[in-house]
Amino acid sequence: MSGRIDARFKALKEEGRAGLVTFLCAGDPDIPTFETILAGLPQAGADLIEIGMPFSDPMADGPAIQAGNLRALKNGISVARTLEIVRRFRAADPATPIILMGYYNPIHHYGRHGFLDDAKEAGVDGLIIVDLPPEEDEELCLPALERGLNFIRLATPTTDAKRLPAVLANTSGFLYYVSLTGITGVKSAAAGEVGEAVARLRASTDLPIAVGFGIREPEQAAAIARHADAAVVGSALVSELASCLDEEGRPQPGLVEAVLGKVQALAQGVRGARRK
Amino acid sequence: MSKPNSLRTGPDEHGHFGIHGGRYVAETLMPLILELEEAWEAAKKDPSFKAELDHWLKDYVGRPSPLYLAERLTEQLGGAKVYFKRDELNHTGAHKINNCIGQILLAKRMGKTRIIAETGAGQHGVATATVCARLGLECIVYMGALDIERQQPNVFRMRLLGADVRAVHSGSRSLKDSMNEALRDWVTNVRDTFYLIGTVAGPHPYPVMVRDFQSIIGNEAREQILEKEGRLPDALVAAVGGGSNAIGLFHPFLDDGGVRLVAVEAAGDGVETGRHAAAMTAGTPGVLHGSRSYLMQDDDGQVLEAHSISAGLDYPGIGPEHSWLKDIGRMEVASATDREALDAFQLCSRLEGILPALEPSHALAHVTKLAPAMGKDKILIMNLCGRGDKDIFTVAKAMGVEI
Ligand SMILES: Cc1ncc(COP(=O)(O)O)c(C=O)c1O
Repeated sequence: MSGRIDARFKALKEEGRAGLVTFLCAGDPDIPTFETILAGLPQAGADLIEIGMPFSDPMADGPAIQAGNLRALKNGISVARTLEIVRRFRAADPATPIILMGYYNPIHHYGRHGFLDDAKEAGVDGLIIVDLPPEEDEELCLPALERGLNFIRLATPTTDAKRLPAVLANTSGFLYYVSLTGITGVKSAAAGEVGEAVARLRASTDLPIAVGFGIREPEQAAAIARHADAAVVGSALVSELASCLDEEGRPQPGLVEAVLGKVQALAQGVRGARRK
Repeated sequence: MSKPNSLRTGPDEHGHFGIHGGRYVAETLMPLILELEEAWEAAKKDPSFKAELDHWLKDYVGRPSPLYLAERLTEQLGGAKVYFKRDELNHTGAHKINNCIGQILLAKRMGKTRIIAETGAGQHGVATATVCARLGLECIVYMGALDIERQQPNVFRMRLLGADVRAVHSGSRSLKDSMNEALRDWVTNVRDTFYLIGTVAGPHPYPVMVRDFQSIIGNEAREQILEKEGRLPDALVAAVGGGSNAIGLFHPFLDDGGVRLVAVEAAGDGVETGRHAAAMTAGTPGVLHGSRSYLMQDDDGQVLEAHSISAGLDYPGIGPEHSWLKDIGRMEVASATDREALDAFQLCSRLEGILPALEPSHALAHVTKLAPAMGKDKILIMNLCGRGDKDIFTVAKAMGVEI
């Protein structure tokens, strides 16, 4: 493994706090604006960074992230350009873990082995591929592990005791608990239920547990941070970004500051939360 | 009966047909499709399930559907004898109900109370709404906004049947997007909801389950042609959207090497224009909606929008079993343009007194080329899998007629 994800969670543990994981779509709203935001994320308080790899048919995503995918595609993002963006980020920031999140088809089309080699070389640390369950591990998960890339799996409220071992088997880096059944960005999670679920997962794994889906505000992030090792925020950031576009979808002045400001507020929430 | 080396034993336990198929779904859905697979395996072995299914197919759907010799068409084409397998005579006017009855009976066994479906032409939606009405289940149908525009009669029909028809405005606003939206619903409503996929697409076990429900078409046709002609046909022809009517006809004949299997894709404005839905002719293997199969995609693996005058064929993918049958050379792939399908629609109406749906009109367009190239002693069966009443507005518009 690259070790960046493990090292970051270890450092967070030593600090005695949970981390903030941010999600934005690569190339949203356009490549230069995205790169400016990305470069500012660590400073604003993102401990780990997820970058969405845009896809024409994001089946597990709600309206906000669907729109982000389409904006980015319209403005020329591709798998190859996403990897270039990571390469440039990595040249300036050797420590912040980068996790690519997306759907399998663009990787399949790029060529899965070539993709893994290029991702590793660009400085990617982990992958979350929504439509690759453990049943298809031979496709990408096992070859990724061989190359030292973490393959991060989602556990969901439908992951019962019978299913959990399959989900955990080849997961590394951290476990991503999706606190809701549903698509991204639509409902919000109840912290109490999340706490119980996280406790249940901890009984089966030593991996750090990040919790996402439906976290929009600093207080919610703080509530989650009391139970989990990290809180993941996606749709709320993508929506913040979208609110700073003009009618034609062009970024208005202040967009980058608004998105990073939101990240700062969320980071304060997470950092202020005392761990139980 | 499947023999050793049979082509009828697929898929493997993970749902693979060669490199195609599989289970490419979000983790939230995995336990659901495993539960479905288990329920389906149990139902298949249960004689009471089969008895119930047979009862509904006979008394409610009206099976068996006739195998009809299209004499005037045969005469006009001057080649092989052309038979129509008349699934357009089924209740609701297409083959789609064969699968709906099967899956909804399964849903009831599983204790599900809410049925969701995607629809393109509206035929699958109408069949779903019909069976849900009869069996008293809640029914939600996702339909692309573009398809809602061009299939108004079916939209109204579904609403009359009590279904909640939800317009999908994302993406190309047609079949693939309605499938995305149905998946989003399913991932949200996991406990009480059964996703009734209308074609041989989706994650395992859908392609095999839908194929099994549709195989009644080929099982009947086989028996009927043996009775009428005393021998098997030389060719089977069917239109492919996702591929369910085609695999339903083809599957019982897979091991009969002498029977040519011809799948006809929608060529839209022409395959060379890029505005088409010919996934096997012009696509490459890709992963969409839970399985690997031929897919229309760009250089970056983004799914392309399909184009066809026929809403039921307007899909950029194709089922995994077809993809495999193409790879191993067992199935031929042809295509027909919008124009050719419209001509075939009118030809069939005038010569046979049957208005075919625009989907099988594509199959017929190919038959008008294939039959004359075969000898008069040859026999061909075409799947007339839907009737054209739903399409008269589209056809009128294309003919420049106002109704
Ligand atoms: C009459 C008819 N034929 C064919 C199709 C295409 O589907 P499939 O390829 O699954 O048979 C449809 C789909 O709506 C249809 O309504």
